[in-house]
Amino acid sequence: MKQTSQSAAATLLWTAVLFVAALMLVRPCAASVANAAQQEALGIKLAKQAVREDKHWTTVDHSKIEILNQDFTSGDQITQACLSCHTDASMQFKETIHWTWKVPSEKEGIMNGKAGHAVNNFCISGNAMEDKGCVSCHAGWNDIQGEVNCLACHGKEKFPFKETFADLAAFEGDDDPDLVEIVDDLHNGIQQAVQNITLPRRNNCGECHFKGGGGDGVKHGDLDTSLARPNRMLDVHMAEDGADFACTRCHTTVKHHIAGRLYTRPAAAERKSLIEDDMASKITCESCHSATPHKASTKMNDHTDKVACQSCHIPEFARVNPTKMSWDWSTAGKMKDGKPYEEKGDLGKAVYKSIKGTFAWAKNVVPQYYWYNGSFDNIGIKDKIDPQQIVEVSHPLGSPNDPDARIHPFKIHSGKQPYDKINQQLVAPLLSGPKGFWTTFDMNDAIMRGNQTLDVPYSGEFDYVETTYAFPITHMVAPAEKSLDCIQCHTRDNSRLAGITGIYMPGRDKFAIVDTIGLIAVLGALAGVTLHGLGRFFTRNGREE
Amino acid sequence: MAGKTMTNVYLYTRFERLWHWCQALMVIFLMITGFEVHGLYTLMGFDTAVELHNFIGLFWLGSFAFFAFWLIITGEWKQYIPTTRKLFDVARYYAWGIFHGQDHPVQKTPGAKHNPLQRLAYLGISAMLLPVQMVTGLLYYLYNSLGGVSLAPIAFIHTLAAFLLVNFLIIHLYMTTTGHSLFSHIKGMITGWEEIRDTSKIQEWETKATRKT
Repeated sequence: MKQTSQSAAATLLWTAVLFVAALMLVRPCAASVANAAQQEALGIKLAKQAVREDKHWTTVDHSKIEILNQDFTSGDQITQACLSCHTDASMQFKETIHWTWKVPSEKEGIMNGKAGHAVNNFCISGNAMEDKGCVSCHAGWNDIQGEVNCLACHGKEKFPFKETFADLAAFEGDDDPDLVEIVDDLHNGIQQAVQNITLPRRNNCGECHFKGGGGDGVKHGDLDTSLARPNRMLDVHMAEDGADFACTRCHTTVKHHIAGRLYTRPAAAERKSLIEDDMASKITCESCHSATPHKASTKMNDHTDKVACQSCHIPEFARVNPTKMSWDWSTAGKMKDGKPYEEKGDLGKAVYKSIKGTFAWAKNVVPQYYWYNGSFDNIGIKDKIDPQQIVEVSHPLGSPNDPDARIHPFKIHSGKQPYDKINQQLVAPLLSGPKGFWTTFDMNDAIMRGNQTLDVPYSGEFDYVETTYAFPITHMVAPAEKSLDCIQCHTRDNSRLAGITGIYMPGRDKFAIVDTIGLIAVLGALAGVTLHGLGRFFTRNGREE
Repeated sequence: MAGKTMTNVYLYTRFERLWHWCQALMVIFLMITGFEVHGLYTLMGFDTAVELHNFIGLFWLGSFAFFAFWLIITGEWKQYIPTTRKLFDVARYYAWGIFHGQDHPVQKTPGAKHNPLQRLAYLGISAMLLPVQMVTGLLYYLYNSLGGVSLAPIAFIHTLAAFLLVNFLIIHLYMTTTGHSLFSHIKGMITGWEEIRDTSKIQEWETKATRKT
């Protein structure tokens, strides 16, 4: 017996030793996690290297350029002055989508873009720029005519050129000393604005892109005025207390063509890093962070072949300002006391406007996820639709078998918008101007006029159809510690990726047959040993005491 | 039963016991973490379960290779040679004799630690089920770097085999109670010493297969 207990003690001791050894094997991992947090992951290191302090080698002080020291009386004059040095700038710019608002489509006879055949479920169409309400964002001095307004993007201060030139035209040539002084002030103001030149800053881009769709946060949900001066929690890249990137840090430019456009062509034909090529024409997170941005040999690095960075690192969008989630045109046109009116909702935003219909707004919105290869399928004004179904006016393309496709987050804006009942096409009502819907409140007439601007026939009969429009969510990247936990997707119920098909996801997916066989086998075994045990108990193992 | 002498035999060496209990712990941990990854319950959190499962799985893979090496050089692999001799006697004993006070038809000896049913079961487990689990586990772990491999069939087999291992564990645990006292088998696996009936001669059926040279 003594030998037995000694042996037992020895075995216990050995077992303990082995587990201490095993624990010591685990602990270096834990320690390396702590170290890595201090050391930084490779991706972060690469990103810092790629965007290390942007020493902008300015060699021009625009206030010393003589041609800018003149009394400008029109915008075109200013642009001519710019072009005297930057000879090709205007020519370059006029070729870009920022000026043309048109891009060729893969479909014959169809041009994409606001000035083309593209429609959305907001203000629906730019009516080939007949809709003047749309062109306030156009980077020209006189809407779409004349010269480029370089200062729209390169002016450090926002200056009311249009009004100032109108005042100048009214006052100039008058001898009244007061007016002469005013005219001098106006000229000085213009000169200062003209000489205050910069690379485009967040406010320059935001002036149009934060307010797409006619107001703050209406369209994108990940781009609104809260990004003009975001804190770290809202956007780690753009935060003034963080990396403080301007838009141009990622949206790089070649001859005024700005990288990152997302119409029909893939955003990135190849997943190239900025370290390999600082002028890569399309920008992705991988451009700076590489395809393995996380700490070495962590499971997250394996995810980058199927999951876009945005999916985990933008847990919600519209985190500061609300964004519009739906727009129902079918209720537009109601009057109170014979006059158009509007109603405000909980979030301080209009939920009904006579001129536009019914809206829904939301904050802290959880994105929807789809396979996305960088391309969109768009329904244009010339495409046939099936009004029995929800029409996907804009929808991401991609499949699990597409090596360029990733699971990507989207804002889906749902709408109810007019369509041609006979021709089975979406229609493009004219909204602004004296003959537009916002004045006449006559939808049929507005559609007739709007479709005419695009040379698209209209049968005269319309109804409303439900639509969706998808926006890729790619800004408002939260700090790493706010990214999603595994369980948000790897769970049976309410997985964020419940709708993603074509892949097996541990924790979300199972094979019913395996679980059924397994359950039957385990219950069978339990029942078997229970019965056997009971049998032994009641027969006392056959022994008679 | 009466009149037969009992004797203590040192059946399981320190290494074997250490190996047995380490493997038991690893398998149980792998089951707990694995079924959490499978989504059956929430215990330590998905990511912790994945990390632990991966770590223990790899550790087990390495240690199993070492155990296989030990089996080969010590000749202990012979304990697992399958045989049909007395197999049906043993099966009949568990189905009938055990309820009727009969003796186990095969007594353990240092030369033959496992009865024919155990030999079959353990060989099946360690030569079939565990390798399947290790190979699919390794594929599961590495599938991102393999390229073009689909996870679904790997997960299918890995999960199915896991359920079968749970099955084995239940029956194995129950069988430990079928010694001549409830805990005699467990005691044997802890101390190495098991009380068996005195068998002064090596039985005829085991001589060829397990004879040590």
